[in-house]
Amino acid sequence: MTIACDVLIQGGGGAGCSAALHLAQRGLRVVLLERGLVGGQASGVNYGGVRQQGRHPAELPIARRSRELWGRLKDLVGTDAEFSITGHLKLARNEAEEADLIAYLDVAKQHDLPLRMVGRNAIHREYPWLGPQVVAGSFAPEDGAANPRLLAPALANAARAAGADIREHHEVVAHAHDGARFHLRTAAGEAFTAPALLNMAGFWGGRVAEAFGEPVPIEALSPNMLVTEPVPYFIEPNLGVVGGNLYLRQIPRGNVIMGGGRGESDPSVPWSRPLPEISFRTMGLAVEVIPSLAGVQVIRSWTGIDGRMPDVIPVIGPSRTTPGLFHAFGFSGHGFQLGPAIGAIMAELVVDGRTDIPLEAFRVDRFKAPAA
Amino acid sequence: MKVAVVGAGPAGVRAVERLVAAGLSPVWIDEAPDGGGRIYQRPPPGVNRDARTLYGFEARRATALHTALDALKPRSDWRPETLVWHIRPEARQLHTLHRGRQAGVDYDAAILCTGAMDRVIPVPGWTRPGVTTLGAAQIALKTQGCGIGGRVVFLGTGPLLWLVAYQYAKAGAEVAAVLDTTPFATKARATPGLLRGGATFVKGLYYIAWLRRRGIRIAEGIAPLAIEGDAGGVTGVAWRDASGREHRVACDAAGMGWGLKPEAQLADLARVPFRHDPLQANWVPERDAAGRTPVRGIYLAGDGAGIGGAEVAEIAGARAALALLEDAGHRVDPIETVPLDRKLAAQARFRAALERAFPFPSHLARGIADDTILCRCEGLRTGELRAAARAEAATGPAPEMNRAKAFTRVGMGRCQGRVCGVAAAEVLAAELGCDVTAIGRLRGQPPVKPIPIPAAGDAP
Repeated sequence: MTIACDVLIQGGGGAGCSAALHLAQRGLRVVLLERGLVGGQASGVNYGGVRQQGRHPAELPIARRSRELWGRLKDLVGTDAEFSITGHLKLARNEAEEADLIAYLDVAKQHDLPLRMVGRNAIHREYPWLGPQVVAGSFAPEDGAANPRLLAPALANAARAAGADIREHHEVVAHAHDGARFHLRTAAGEAFTAPALLNMAGFWGGRVAEAFGEPVPIEALSPNMLVTEPVPYFIEPNLGVVGGNLYLRQIPRGNVIMGGGRGESDPSVPWSRPLPEISFRTMGLAVEVIPSLAGVQVIRSWTGIDGRMPDVIPVIGPSRTTPGLFHAFGFSGHGFQLGPAIGAIMAELVVDGRTDIPLEAFRVDRFKAPAA
Repeated sequence: MKVAVVGAGPAGVRAVERLVAAGLSPVWIDEAPDGGGRIYQRPPPGVNRDARTLYGFEARRATALHTALDALKPRSDWRPETLVWHIRPEARQLHTLHRGRQAGVDYDAAILCTGAMDRVIPVPGWTRPGVTTLGAAQIALKTQGCGIGGRVVFLGTGPLLWLVAYQYAKAGAEVAAVLDTTPFATKARATPGLLRGGATFVKGLYYIAWLRRRGIRIAEGIAPLAIEGDAGGVTGVAWRDASGREHRVACDAAGMGWGLKPEAQLADLARVPFRHDPLQANWVPERDAAGRTPVRGIYLAGDGAGIGGAEVAEIAGARAALALLEDAGHRVDPIETVPLDRKLAAQARFRAALERAFPFPSHLARGIADDTILCRCEGLRTGELRAAARAEAATGPAPEMNRAKAFTRVGMGRCQGRVCGVAAAEVLAAELGCDVTAIGRLRGQPPVKPIPIPAAGDAP
C-alpha cells in the first residue's frame, strides 16, 4: 500500500521537524521520514549554540528570523529547549583576529544585529577569568545557547500535535519522480508518494540530491565535543574564537561544554566518535583562554554526523532539475540555530512558491563548473 | 606481535602468565597501584596485615595470585596506576592516562579484563554520606583496614552481602543487621544447583551460619524503606518484612548492593556487540567460550565479560590468552585448552544456580518512589524519568534509554550511568510497559572514567 500526502520530508533534524510543524500548521498533509530517531545526528549532538554573530552574511537574514522564533519557542512547541540568552562573546587572541572582529561590526550593522566591541582593557575587567592571550572580543547580547537534545524532539512532537505524520526508523532507500509525483520507498518496503519532497537529510542530503541529478561536493563533518564535571558557574556568555577552533560555554548547573576540530565517522553505518588527540587539543586551547579550567575533569566526549559544503554554507532552495523538490542540507556545523527558521522558509517555498529570505547564495548548482 | 592486557585481577594475571609463557611480553595496564583486582586488592605500603586477615578463606588463592603477579611484572611492560580511558579498534590503539599524562598504546591483540562493580537500587536516603556499595565497603576494609562505620547495616542481595557482613563482623565492626531482599525460599529452591559449587557453596553457608551464631540480626525477603539520617550522616535503616511489618535499626553506615554487573565500557568502545543475559539480568559483551569477540583482536575475560566470580576469572584469563595465541598462529596443545573449557562449563552451571538463588529484584527497582533520587550525579529524581516516558512530555515520550538520557540527563554525570543505569532501565521499562531488554542500554562514550584537563603547557 502506498501512503499519499501533500509533502514528504526526508530527514528529522531540527530543520526537517520545523518544516513538518510549519507545513502542518498551514493545513498540509505531511509525512516526515527519519532513518533513526529525530535529532539523532547533527541536530541532537551539536554544541547548542544559538549564535548569530560571525555568520556568513548570506546566513544572517535566516539567523535573524530564527532568533525571533527561538524567542517564542515555548509558545511554539511547549518547551524553550533550555534556550538562555547569555550573549555570545567572540574572542580575538592576536591583532589580526581583532581586526577580523572589527570588520564584522559593519556586517552586523547591515543586518541590524546588535554587536559591540569589548576592548583590551575592558575584556579583562568584565571577564577576569580570561587568560592573558585574549586581546579583545565582540559581544552579541541577543545570542545564547540551548539544549540540542530537546529541540528536534520537541519540534517533532509539536508537528505531530498539528497533524504531521512523523515516522522514525523509516530509512528511505529509493527515490523516484514520475514527472508529477515523488515516490519513496523505505528499507522495510513501505511506499510513500507526494507532489512535493523536502530534502533535509543532513550529510545524506547529498545522496538525495544526487538521486535527482544534482550531485554536490559534500563531506561528513563530525564536530568533536567534550563536557566537564560541574564546577561553580562563572562563564556566563557563550564563547567562540576567531577562526573557530574552540567554542565553549558553561551551563548554570556547572558543566562546561566545549568543542573544536573533528572526530571520526563512518556515515554508512552511521557511526561516529570523537578523536583523543582532537579532544586534548581542545582542552589545551580551552586552558589557554580560561586558565582556571586546568584540572577540571572531562566526563564525556561525543560527536555526530553533519554535512559540510566547500564554502561552509548550506544548500537551501528549489531543485534545478525536479519541480517540487526543495533542498535544505549541508549546514556545515552551524545549522542548530537556523533550524526553526529553515522549517518556516521551506513551508513558504512549498505553499507560497516564494520567501522573503534571499536564498541565491545557497543554490544547489553553485558548485557546478561553468559551462564551457 | 604487540599484545596489551587491561586489568591485573584474577583474569589479567592468568592471561599474562600464559602470554609470557609463550614468549610474549605484553603491555599490562592496571588502574590500581599494585594489581590484584578488586577481590584481591592489596593494601598500600605501610599497611601490614597478613593475607589470612585480609582475604579469609581466599588467602591461599590471593597469595598465589599476588606471587604470580609480582613474578610477571618484570617480564611484561607493567603499567600500574594507569587508566585506559579509550580504545580505538580501527587504529588498534589504547589511550591511557598515568598521573595526568596521556599516552597511546598500539596493539595487535588486546585482552580486556576490566572486572565488575555492584548493582545499585536507589533507596530513599541512599545518597547520604555513610552509604556505600558492598564492594566499596569491602575495599575500605581490605586496603585501608577500616570500616565504613562503627555500626553498619548491610542491605541488598547476593553472595557478596553475606561475605562482607562476615568480614566486617570478623574484623570487629558491629554489624547491626544483614537485610537480604531475597526470600529464604528462593535461595532454598536453588540449593540443588548450588551444590555443584562445592567449596564455594559451603563457604557461603558458613558465613551465614557464623553470622547467625553471633546473634547478628538477619532478615530475608525484606523491602527496604529508607536509609535514615541527619546532617551528620546515617542514623538508621528502615525496612518492611515479608509479613508487612515495619522495622528500624540504628546504625552509622550502610553498605548495599544487588549482585554485580560487568565493567564493560572498554568492550563497548571497542565496538563489541552486547546481548542481554536474562539469568544475570545484565547486558554482557558478546564472546565465545574462549573469550574471542566478534571484533578482531579483542578478547575478554573475567567479570568484565559477564559475571562469573574470581575462580572463573582465573580460568577464563588463561583461556583467552590461549585463544589469542592460537589465533596468532602459535601452537596450542588441546591438552591445555580442554581442561580449561571443561572447568568453565562446570562453573557456568554453578553460576546459573547462584543467579537463581539471588535473582536481581527488578520489582524493587521498578517500584522506586517518585521523589527518590535515581541519578545522583545529576540529582535526578525517579519521577522525572517516569515523566519523560509519558506522552504529555514536550519532547514526546522517550522510547529507549539513550533518548531518556538525552531528555532527562539520567546517566549523564560523572559516573556516566555506571551507578544508576541498571535501576534507571527498570524504571523506564516499567513506565513504558515493556521488557527491560526492549529499551536498549546506555551507549558508552569516552572517557571510560573522568580525565583532567591538563594545565597549559602540560598538554600531551
